[in-house]
Amino acid sequence: MSDALNISIENVTKTYGNFFALKDVSLEVNSGEFLTLLGPSGSGKTTLLMVLAGFTRPDYGSVKFGTEEVVLKPPHLRDIGMVFQNYALFPHMNVEQNVGYPQKLRGVSKKDIKDTVNEALKTVKLDGLGHRGVAELSGGQRQRVALARAIVFQPKILLMDEPLSALDKKLREEMQIELRQLHDSLNMTTVYVTHDQKEALTMSDRIAVINGGGLMQLGTPNEIYQNPNNAFIADFIGESSLLSVKVSKKNVYLGNVKILVDHSVKKDGDFLLVVRPEKLFLTNGKTDNCNTFTGTVIESIYQGESQLIMIKLDPNTHGDQILRMRIPNGTSSMEELPSLGASVTVGLKKSDSFLVE
Amino acid sequence: MATKTILNKEHINKIELDQLDRKERYTLFGLTVPYLALVLGLIIIPIGWLFYMSFIGRDETLSLENYERIWNSKAYFRIFKTTFQISILTTLICVLLGYPLTYFMSQLSNRWANICLIGVLIPFWTSLLVRTYAWLVLLQKKGLINSLAIDWGLWSEPIKFVHNTSGTLIGMVHIMLPFLILPLYANMRTIDKDCLKAAANLGATPTRAFWTVFFPLSLPGLFAGLLIVFVLCLGFYVTPALLGGGKVIMAAMKISDNIELYFSWGAASALGVVLLVVTMIILFIASKLVSIDQLGNRS
Repeated sequence: MSDALNISIENVTKTYGNFFALKDVSLEVNSGEFLTLLGPSGSGKTTLLMVLAGFTRPDYGSVKFGTEEVVLKPPHLRDIGMVFQNYALFPHMNVEQNVGYPQKLRGVSKKDIKDTVNEALKTVKLDGLGHRGVAELSGGQRQRVALARAIVFQPKILLMDEPLSALDKKLREEMQIELRQLHDSLNMTTVYVTHDQKEALTMSDRIAVINGGGLMQLGTPNEIYQNPNNAFIADFIGESSLLSVKVSKKNVYLGNVKILVDHSVKKDGDFLLVVRPEKLFLTNGKTDNCNTFTGTVIESIYQGESQLIMIKLDPNTHGDQILRMRIPNGTSSMEELPSLGASVTVGLKKSDSFLVE
Repeated sequence: MATKTILNKEHINKIELDQLDRKERYTLFGLTVPYLALVLGLIIIPIGWLFYMSFIGRDETLSLENYERIWNSKAYFRIFKTTFQISILTTLICVLLGYPLTYFMSQLSNRWANICLIGVLIPFWTSLLVRTYAWLVLLQKKGLINSLAIDWGLWSEPIKFVHNTSGTLIGMVHIMLPFLILPLYANMRTIDKDCLKAAANLGATPTRAFWTVFFPLSLPGLFAGLLIVFVLCLGFYVTPALLGGGKVIMAAMKISDNIELYFSWGAASALGVVLLVVTMIILFIASKLVSIDQLGNRS
């Protein structure tokens, strides 16, 4: 099997009138990597994918597959697999014909087409369904056919445009794991587009967060979750409470309470303290290297795997703000859950406290 | 087990719910009554009457003489031959002109596509007679086209465009084009553009993608338009009568002659029946062909 290719995106810009769909995006996708373009709708992530596939011509910029410049190449010469959001299966062909289509175009012999199609169908666990019509398949099966069609010619790069968005939650979560395993076994560079942050965290080697046509942050799921570099990402990835804090003379204040943070702050002004709900714990008083917050429980919601507790912070000391806290089901704290209206003190380790602008 | 318990229980509200169902069915049926009455009064009864009349001979008795005459007469054979020739040619030319245009329209943005569509529809909304006479004005010996062309020295003798087959074809293609374009356009708009992108992504050149993906997917629309045009052509009267100048005689014109010149309702009815039956046979065969074609694509 041939080696996967790396992708170099340099200064890619695309405008529609005055609107910047992509603003000077530069990004390196390593060979064999699973990279996710994550962003809200209208952020430009799909435009970037379409530039890679060749369906959208950028105003300027460079796209290289390996060392080869492809930005001027038409889509049919790029030799990359793609799974479309609505699958784009050919309705006048059966499963076998759909999957065999790229092979037929490549002049592969009939026997080899049959073999490779069967192998691809086996890979996506659809063996035996080759003679089915597309209309007879379920959503999940169509998704698998689209995938088989995109990998049957062993492309070195695979693009996926929100391929799981039409599936129900349970199937989607199963497919996330399966797609990731497939990627690992096929030796391809995968660029995956989604607006679902949990999907991105689950599947990716690295995540490129895109917003407003620009690349906001590039990093491993862990880096992106633990150290978001701005308020948009802190809010968009995972769950968080963003508390307004003030920095003066390198000291951080929430209301009039001094807050310990994990990193040094170089300039004064208004910042946001990022608090992940699962990092909070109930406590009785001050603990070393921890921040404590006091407030009143205004909402306590049972959500199955965890209990969501909304705490209105003490307006006199912390300012008028709301903190979300999650207590996992089955931990000892579950039995001693604070009741509605009770005043509580919660702690947050210094190492889990960080600011964004 | 669960179903059994439910079945053994008392059926609460069952009678009332059944009544509601029935009431809805009757209301729905009631809505179709005016149309059914119209179909019965304006289609079924007249066609039955037509059938009956076609079996009435010259001496007002039941006979097969009208059909015998159609079967035996060379003139009638020629008329049917002309009718089919003109209809097939018109349909063919409509497809050759209409398909590329419709493809072009289907690729435009909504706004431009709608403007083009209005361009197709405006002549469609104009009176058939007006348009046919307009062609006569344009195409006749001393018409606009001939006089301009001679003035500009394109040709020296006036070309005979009308009062022959070419005139009939020009007029009929013009009248029939929208009937091909509209169903074809409706079909082409539903073809998923991502399918063409997928084809390109999988390695198909634009030409290859068109023939392997777009064209097969447009066939239902093409067949629909083609059939409408062909069937309308078979019974067409005004345009061939005016632009053919009496030299191109199609079935509908012969029917009219039979009534207006010879007062032979029986002969006219028989011709009408034959045309109707032939049309239905063609429709039947076409429907078989199309469904077989679709089956072939699936297996």
